[in-house]
Amino acid sequence: MTAELVLEDVHVDYGGVAALKGVSLSVREGELVCLLGANGAGKSTTLRTISGLVRPRRGEVRFAGERLQALSPYQIVARGIVHCPEGRHIFGGLTVQENLMLGAVQRRDAAGVRRDLDWVLALFPDLAQRLKQRGATLSGGQQQMLAIARALMARPRILLLDEPSLGLAPVVVQTIFRVIRDLHRQGTTILLVEQNARQALAIADRGYVLESGRIVSSGTRAELEADVQIEKAYLGA
Amino acid sequence: MTLAELWVQQLLNAVSIGSMYALLAIGLAMVFGILRLINFAHGDLLMVGAYVLIYAVAAGIPFWVAFLLSVAAAALLGVLMERLAYRPVRGQHEVVLLLTSFGVTMLLENSAILAFSPRTRPFPLPEALSGVYHVGHVVMSGIDLAALASALVLLVGLNLVVTRTKLGVSMRAAAEDLTAAHLVGIHLDRVVLAAFAIGSALAGVAGLLWAAKSGRVEPLMGFTPVLKAFVATVIGGLGSIGGAVLGGYLLGLAEVALQAVLPPGLTGYRDGFVFILLILVLLVRPHGLLGKAEGDRV
Amino acid sequence: MIERWQARVRAMSLLAGLALLALALLGLQYGASTYVQRVAVDIGIMIILTVSLNLSNGYTGVFSLGHTGFMALGAYGSALLTMTPQVKALNLPDLPAWLAHVHLGFLPALVLVGLAAAAVALAVGYPILRLTGPYVAVATLGFLVIVHIVIINAQAYTRGARTFLGLAPLTNLWWVYGAVVVTIYTAWRIVNSPIGRAMLAVREDPVAARGAGVDILRARLWSFAVSAFFTAVAGALWAHFILAFSASSFWFAVTFEVIVMLIVGGLGSISGSVAATVALSILSEVLRNAERGVTLFGYHTPALYGLSQIVFALVFIAFIVYRPQGLFGDREFSLWPILARWYPPLREAVMAGRQLAE
Repeated sequence: MTAELVLEDVHVDYGGVAALKGVSLSVREGELVCLLGANGAGKSTTLRTISGLVRPRRGEVRFAGERLQALSPYQIVARGIVHCPEGRHIFGGLTVQENLMLGAVQRRDAAGVRRDLDWVLALFPDLAQRLKQRGATLSGGQQQMLAIARALMARPRILLLDEPSLGLAPVVVQTIFRVIRDLHRQGTTILLVEQNARQALAIADRGYVLESGRIVSSGTRAELEADVQIEKAYLGA
Repeated sequence: MTLAELWVQQLLNAVSIGSMYALLAIGLAMVFGILRLINFAHGDLLMVGAYVLIYAVAAGIPFWVAFLLSVAAAALLGVLMERLAYRPVRGQHEVVLLLTSFGVTMLLENSAILAFSPRTRPFPLPEALSGVYHVGHVVMSGIDLAALASALVLLVGLNLVVTRTKLGVSMRAAAEDLTAAHLVGIHLDRVVLAAFAIGSALAGVAGLLWAAKSGRVEPLMGFTPVLKAFVATVIGGLGSIGGAVLGGYLLGLAEVALQAVLPPGLTGYRDGFVFILLILVLLVRPHGLLGKAEGDRV
Repeated sequence: MIERWQARVRAMSLLAGLALLALALLGLQYGASTYVQRVAVDIGIMIILTVSLNLSNGYTGVFSLGHTGFMALGAYGSALLTMTPQVKALNLPDLPAWLAHVHLGFLPALVLVGLAAAAVALAVGYPILRLTGPYVAVATLGFLVIVHIVIINAQAYTRGARTFLGLAPLTNLWWVYGAVVVTIYTAWRIVNSPIGRAMLAVREDPVAARGAGVDILRARLWSFAVSAFFTAVAGALWAHFILAFSASSFWFAVTFEVIVMLIVGGLGSISGSVAATVALSILSEVLRNAERGVTLFGYHTPALYGLSQIVFALVFIAFIVYRPQGLFGDREFSLWPILARWYPPLREAVMAGRQLAE
């Protein structure tokens, strides 16, 4: 069975208010899929549902044929689904190294973990010089890199990235997007949530557009880029 | 007694009592850090540990084995508390959590009254600890030495655990950011159980030292020490393990200093000043000396 | 139209309630055993404690664990005011002269200790009530500990840790239930006043309340002080009922008992507090009898000290876990729906009023 992530008619309520109203989408192995939409459309909620932080009221989340919605977040991580959240959520009081080791908290293959540590430090050389520094002392861009690096330390089968470019300087945004593109080329499956729709779409295979809790449009990069409505609403024509 | 000896003596007293507060405060801080739970029932662990020791010694078990049994019993009780009472209310409002622990305290203390009777019993102090040692004019009891030694060993050990082991680092991570802890795949239930087990075992040790020092064991003996330990965690910053240790020793110093400074008519009010100190710290530095300022966590 | 109806029904039910209460008290006084009378007094005092704690903890979201300190203040303070100079000379020989000669009636003593407690509440609350959540609870607990230490050390006034005695048995059913009526009425008026609504707004959402211009600290202080007033009155009534007490009478057991009643009744519901207090007090009375050991069908159970508190703790934990909103939530028991069901014109009037409102 291929490792396909499927959401089927997922409904989520937050304190009685419907945040997702029947979201269906899929991410196939090796794809980079982006999820676009305005603030409050339900993009983050979709990711939080996949990673088990919130439970759907109705509908199904499946990965490689297995239903996820009854699992706890740590069990979902064990399946290889790793969520790099909005706002980075690094552990500010812990060192960079400790943050990275926690990314691999469930792994038992010490040799593999060491190899992956070298690999992510090669991806983000900024972090290599700061291993003993506390997370809180890093700049915003470095914190974002740490958050992605930490997620990669879990060796994800699918990486959920929530707004990795939010609030960062343009140069840093370029670095982040370059890394995402490289990861994708090396075969990592990625579900990317972004407000920066143009750039996200530029590196994606496919995309979905969320609007007030519903998928209103979907298609390949070319189809979405050709869609006049989307152009107007999200790409800022 | 020379002035230097007086200072050394006072400092020793402060460090001895501070060690007990620190050992007790660590468990409170660990649990609060992760769950935002102020566990009043923490004090009852030391009461239960002390009774286990009494019964074990009475049954003819050697003191050191009884000591280990008693610490193990405290750890087990801590774990049970978490499973039965605190897990069902996890994530609820902090006041609800506090009240739950209040309920657990009442349950344990009255169960102890029912099971062991309310009367006070003597603590079976072993020969090895009942000695008094003199260096110049400085006096030290065996219990003071035991407090110092066990605090030293346990604090070093704890430091290794929270900095060198996956479990310890996970514990600190969960205390800092619960969402992120979930997302990196930390098995929270396991970490919480470990926090309760470790914190409760430390409380067990502190409890035996406390009982040895006062010489008495009774069902309500846990309340005063847990309140003091609580003051220590607040001084150090609720939820910070290092802060709890620092707070414990500072509280020990403050008590000894108050005892020395207060006029004889007011020494009875010493603990009152300690709690005024608590309220002042809460007002001036609500996150303690080492605690970080943070918004209300959702 | 509808307002007039409601006002009239409210006034009538209030009068009817008072009449019923008076009748019940008469019945108790002349028809009941001393034991039942004592239980009734106990229940009344618990009602005052719970309702006044609700005023602070239930309506403002400031959870005080220190109210027992006010109760102690009421007990010791009122005793010092009502005791005769002769009794004081005997029991408290070290009292300063001005206090040794004071000898007041019960009512002025009750009012004075209430006011004193309210003043202390304002002074203590002014710094403490700025804190939030568990920090308030802890700070108020600190207050209780300080009161306890003062009682134990201020021997000239309190006999320290020894039993305090020499009070006249002034408390009776009428005093207690008079105070119950005043407490409930005051609480009800406050809850239904603009400041009461402000308090509730503060509880629900302090940030929004601040945005809407509610002075949070003032609302909290106000409720804390009123609550302290009645708690002290309850303490005074209890002291002149039990007649002998000590520092340990005002410690965690009472604190816990009142909190259990408050939570079971529902934070923010006055009628819930009353109902839970009555039910739990009766339960506690039964359990206390069982604690001493009872003979059932020829079998004598051994004394089970601690049993009543164990049951209380279990009830409490069960409520916190399964029904944290308590019996009544923050709603009030109301005659209104019942009346409307029995008397159709009223129902129609209500419906008409509702339509108008829409």
